[in-house]
Amino acid sequence: MASTQVNPTRMELNRLKKKLKTAVKGHKLLKDKRDELMRQFLELVRENMELRLKVEAGIKAANTNFVIAKAGMSEEALHTALMAPKQEVSLSCGSRNVMSVDVPTMQYKTKTADAGDIYSYGFAFTSGDLDDAVRSLADILPDMLELAEKEKACQLMAAEIERTRRRVNALEHITIPETQSSIKYITMKLDENERSTQIRLLKVKDMMLEDAHHYSEHLWDKFEEEA
Amino acid sequence: MYKIAVMGDYDSIYGFATLGLDTFPVTEPGEAGKLLKRLAEGQYSVIYVTEKLAGQIEREIAVYAEQMLPAIILIPGTSGNTGKGVERVKKSVEQAVGSDILFSDNE
Repeated sequence: MASTQVNPTRMELNRLKKKLKTAVKGHKLLKDKRDELMRQFLELVRENMELRLKVEAGIKAANTNFVIAKAGMSEEALHTALMAPKQEVSLSCGSRNVMSVDVPTMQYKTKTADAGDIYSYGFAFTSGDLDDAVRSLADILPDMLELAEKEKACQLMAAEIERTRRRVNALEHITIPETQSSIKYITMKLDENERSTQIRLLKVKDMMLEDAHHYSEHLWDKFEEEA
Repeated sequence: MYKIAVMGDYDSIYGFATLGLDTFPVTEPGEAGKLLKRLAEGQYSVIYVTEKLAGQIEREIAVYAEQMLPAIILIPGTSGNTGKGVERVKKSVEQAVGSDILFSDNE
């Protein structure tokens, strides 16, 4: 039974049939979209996790190196050494469309031609440990950028998957069954109306014949004669 | 042209300056929230935040979750690591799949 009030008319029936067709088609498309997004997401998120663990381990190691470097020289000397960075990183960002989700793509460029140009200090007054620390950090920079790109893509895709899943479920469990039951209700109501019209016509025909030929009176006469 | 920012306590992030990333030492949550907003609206497309600081400005970070840029990425600092970065990856799996089917057995 239709939970919402619908007019049992042919116009409404046609409208609902069209709606059902669109809903079924949309449901199929959205389901495909969800499945494909999910496939790509699972692939990406695995890479993301791997990269994250690698980057985290790298940063932790670099931090340890910096602590060692710091222990080997005075705080002032360290600050001075790192005060004016030589290198500069800039990003150019584009976007890539993955199943209607815009995910960023990034390409980084270093200011100086040599990406290894990272030591912003003379080597005379700093400890060798500092060089190691800076180098270890520089080594994981490309991975960090890749991580940024992948992790953002994962977050955006996760949100889109959630939205699509909700839509699929709403269509599958609410819109489609409700429309189907409305259609059934209207069809039954129209059939019922038709039957009732048919019966009414039969009845009217009987009454008109009765008026014209007085069947019941004849019947009565016949009955009396027999008696 | 976009740039990269690093936010967190000074000890955790000063090394990144040598690589050419812009470092913003900050520890106070209110200040960090404002700074994040300014950076995100500026020309920074990637903002690395230490896990410790990120824990204090979660609401500000959540604002940018649905936008394409900037990407706010958590990194471990020298202290106060909470494993939030890994947690976030798991959370996005949970959001997409409904439950964490990939990494739940890694713990």
